[in-house]
Amino acid sequence: MNDQAQLLPGTLDLLILRAVSLGPLHGYGILLRIGQISGNALLIEQGALYPGLFRLVRQGLLKASWGTSENNRRAKFYELTAAGRKRLQQETDNWNRLANAIGAALTAQPEEV
Amino acid sequence: MSIRAYLRSLSSKFFRGSQTAADMDNELQSHIQLRADDLERSGLTRAEAERRARIEFGGRDRYREECNQQLGGNFLETTLHDIRYGARVLRKSPGFTFVAIATLALAIGANALVFGVLNALILRPLNVPQADSLYGIEHGINGYESYPNYLDLRDRNRTFEQLAAFTIDEVGLDTGKDPMRAWTYEVTGNYFDALGIQPYLGRVIHASDEHGTDSAPCIVLSHAFWHSHFHDDPSVVGRTVQLNRHPFTIVGVTPPEFQGTLLFFTPDMFVPIVDHRLLSGEGDLDVRRKDSVFEILGHLKPGVTTAQAVSDLTSIGAFLLATYPKDVPNIPFKVVRPALYGNFIGAGVLAFVSGLTVLAALILLASCANLGSLFAARAADRAREVALRLALGSSRTRILRQLMTEAMLISIAGGSVGLLASIALLRQLSVWQPFPRFPLRIPVSPDSKVYFVALLLALVSGILFGIVPVRQVFRINPYEVVKAGSTRVVGRRLTARDILLVVQIAICAVLVTSSMVAVRGLVRSLHSSFGFQPDHALIVDVPLGMAGYTSDSIPTTQRRLIDLIETISGVESVAITDLPPLNMDGHMSDVFNDATTDLRPANSAATSYVFNVSPKYFEAAGTTLQSGRGFTWHDDQDAPRVAVVNRRLANRLFGSGTNPVDKVFKLRDGTRAQVVGVVEDGKYLNLTEDQKPALFLPLLQSPAGATWMILRSNRDPQQMADAIRNKLHEMDEGLPVSIVTWNKQLEGVLFPMRMATLSLGILGVMGAMLSITGIFGMAAYSVSKRLRELGIRVALGARREEVLRAALGRAVRLLAIGSVAGLVLGILATRVLASIVYQASPRDPLVLAGAIVAMALLGLIATWFPALRALHVEPMLLLREE
Repeated sequence: MNDQAQLLPGTLDLLILRAVSLGPLHGYGILLRIGQISGNALLIEQGALYPGLFRLVRQGLLKASWGTSENNRRAKFYELTAAGRKRLQQETDNWNRLANAIGAALTAQPEEV
Repeated sequence: MSIRAYLRSLSSKFFRGSQTAADMDNELQSHIQLRADDLERSGLTRAEAERRARIEFGGRDRYREECNQQLGGNFLETTLHDIRYGARVLRKSPGFTFVAIATLALAIGANALVFGVLNALILRPLNVPQADSLYGIEHGINGYESYPNYLDLRDRNRTFEQLAAFTIDEVGLDTGKDPMRAWTYEVTGNYFDALGIQPYLGRVIHASDEHGTDSAPCIVLSHAFWHSHFHDDPSVVGRTVQLNRHPFTIVGVTPPEFQGTLLFFTPDMFVPIVDHRLLSGEGDLDVRRKDSVFEILGHLKPGVTTAQAVSDLTSIGAFLLATYPKDVPNIPFKVVRPALYGNFIGAGVLAFVSGLTVLAALILLASCANLGSLFAARAADRAREVALRLALGSSRTRILRQLMTEAMLISIAGGSVGLLASIALLRQLSVWQPFPRFPLRIPVSPDSKVYFVALLLALVSGILFGIVPVRQVFRINPYEVVKAGSTRVVGRRLTARDILLVVQIAICAVLVTSSMVAVRGLVRSLHSSFGFQPDHALIVDVPLGMAGYTSDSIPTTQRRLIDLIETISGVESVAITDLPPLNMDGHMSDVFNDATTDLRPANSAATSYVFNVSPKYFEAAGTTLQSGRGFTWHDDQDAPRVAVVNRRLANRLFGSGTNPVDKVFKLRDGTRAQVVGVVEDGKYLNLTEDQKPALFLPLLQSPAGATWMILRSNRDPQQMADAIRNKLHEMDEGLPVSIVTWNKQLEGVLFPMRMATLSLGILGVMGAMLSITGIFGMAAYSVSKRLRELGIRVALGARREEVLRAALGRAVRLLAIGSVAGLVLGILATRVLASIVYQASPRDPLVLAGAIVAMALLGLIATWFPALRALHVEPMLLLREE
């Protein structure tokens, strides 16, 4: 648990969009997917996912429909809308720019200054 | 965000609210099941797996709420949630809630009360049609005008629709049983028509009724008097009754909403002013020099400004001045609002009410500041909670909204309590009659405007003190707080809030000191020597004039009265005076040494109160005769002029060393009078006066119309009063007497002091409440900010007093500074009080000690809970938690 990183504010939405972009998922599935694609390095309380999901649905970035899970339970599945896909692209670009900048700043050597 | 999606989610929430909720529940439940399935596969039992899944999920209710919020369009729902949550939080800290609500109730109550008075006396016009254009005319030094001048003004002006006038008089009313007194407006014939008042019953008085002196013996009853004395009997119209022994016919009743044209003074009936001679016994209505008219008033013509009216009146004034130079004063005209008798009462009322308004506003402001610091203290306490919520993705607006809801709950609760209290008080005030003899009222019953203003003020102040912690919440950095606890140290510098607190405490101390001085003075004055014994004595006011007696018949009637009353069993002594002492009135006259021949005021030996009294007066009044004798029935017109003086006058006239009995001095008219007795000094006009000289003359040698009987008896006052009334009716059944105990009669003279004591007491309590909340808020805030530091101190072995000093030192220091400043100011302020309160002395050790104890007690109450909290710091718990 101690190896897991705190989530920066606002990054949960990005992770959800990314997880769903790989295929329709129910809420629990999204959590598992995030764990899987991040190498279990991020700490997310399970319930905290849902306000995020509802927010994204309201913003029209996700759409939801009831279906049946792989082990035959009823579950609500989420998938990206067109707007969601566009948003994911934007946010990913933003993040990369930010990460590069922070990374560069943190690795700068004295002689480069 | 796509508008369509938003609207869809909004509409689904709105129209299918319960379905959305069920949907959400299903989804969260399905999540937990899926997780449990996984856990079960890893080898747990189903029950254990579900338990673990639920724990891992976290607070389901909270997430559901947050999801709900994400769906939008749930303002009402969120508000309801906030209210529920707020009420729960407030219930958990009853002390805080109580203090906050009480403070606000006090502040809002005070403001509603003051606004109620302001509304009734200043904002609300007289209850007559088109009150906006109604003005009174002010001319002369006290607002009075002579009747002939009124007639000229009425007939010559071009700016008023009609000018009416009235004056006030008290009459004796005899309806065949139970003669009584009644207060009248003597009105001009056009009074009702000028005001546009229609009768409720019968008719009103019209100009056509007037045909010269005493020509219109008719009465219009006020609705209230008709209701209380004629039991709403419509057949009274046309009935003939006696006013001052003259037959008058009741012609009508005014509508209930019309209560005369003076706010303070509601008459029992209206009678024509042309009957002035019959009603007052004064036949000089037509004398231009005599100011018989109390107030002139009328509607301005449409489009006429007050300035035009004044110039119109001024030109008439110039004409009058030129025509009657000896009889008309050269004083400018003014037009004024008639309801408060223009500037004479109105200006004072306006100043008083404005002062009260400012005071109430200050109280409200101080309350808001105090509540603000209380809320800041709470916000600091809840920094962890807020930080957690922020960290979990809650928005700051959402949290502020929650805090605001709590503030609003408090403000609405406090506002309602305050408003209810003020309504009760205003109702009381409306029916209160400070002087039983006069129909003086303060008509301040509250209306919807008062409710509206009170609630508005409550909401505004809720926002004001709710806003104080906003900056604090915005500054919270969730990571820092959750990691390290709140670490901001309390500043050492003096803040505006500190200064405000010191000022509040100082004002509170002034009020506490002054009210104690006032209470002490009141107690002392009740036990001081008046120069007479009000216990076991009755005062009987026998208005012989109202019953038609004239100066010829009054002296013999007075003698008969005494003889008659003496026959009642249980009467120890009875006497007549033209004025009892301490009756809010005093007749003064110059007296001269016997050797003085030039009787100018400058040469007088003393200016003395004069009382014309019957034999046995000193016995009946309980005034000690120090030497000589009192009066007898032989001291009449044929006997040498005699007088009784008080010790003070004796000393003034003859020096303190000599025996004044048998010495002679001169009265104002030059008559020589021989001193036959000396009585103790006393109080004559009011309790705070310096010792004044007083002179008593025998009634038979200086007759007086006013007849007050003083009667000493150990019998039950009520029984005695009945016996007296029966006896007097035997003699004359039309005498409208009033009988009260002397102590009751003295309430008038004690009134200003009682009022001063009461208002100081109320203000003192308010000041104390404010100071308590102020100190409490500040102490609570500093304790909760430094809880961690205190914990460390305790862990390092600090003793209790050291902890207390660290926690509360600042609050106590502010309290001490404020109290000392207040005590000093209070001592200075009592000089002002000395004019109202008997022997107000700040150097009274009891007052000083009382004030100090009161302030200490106040500090103790205010710091009690914060101190307990500081002392009960559990270092281990605290350090672990943070």
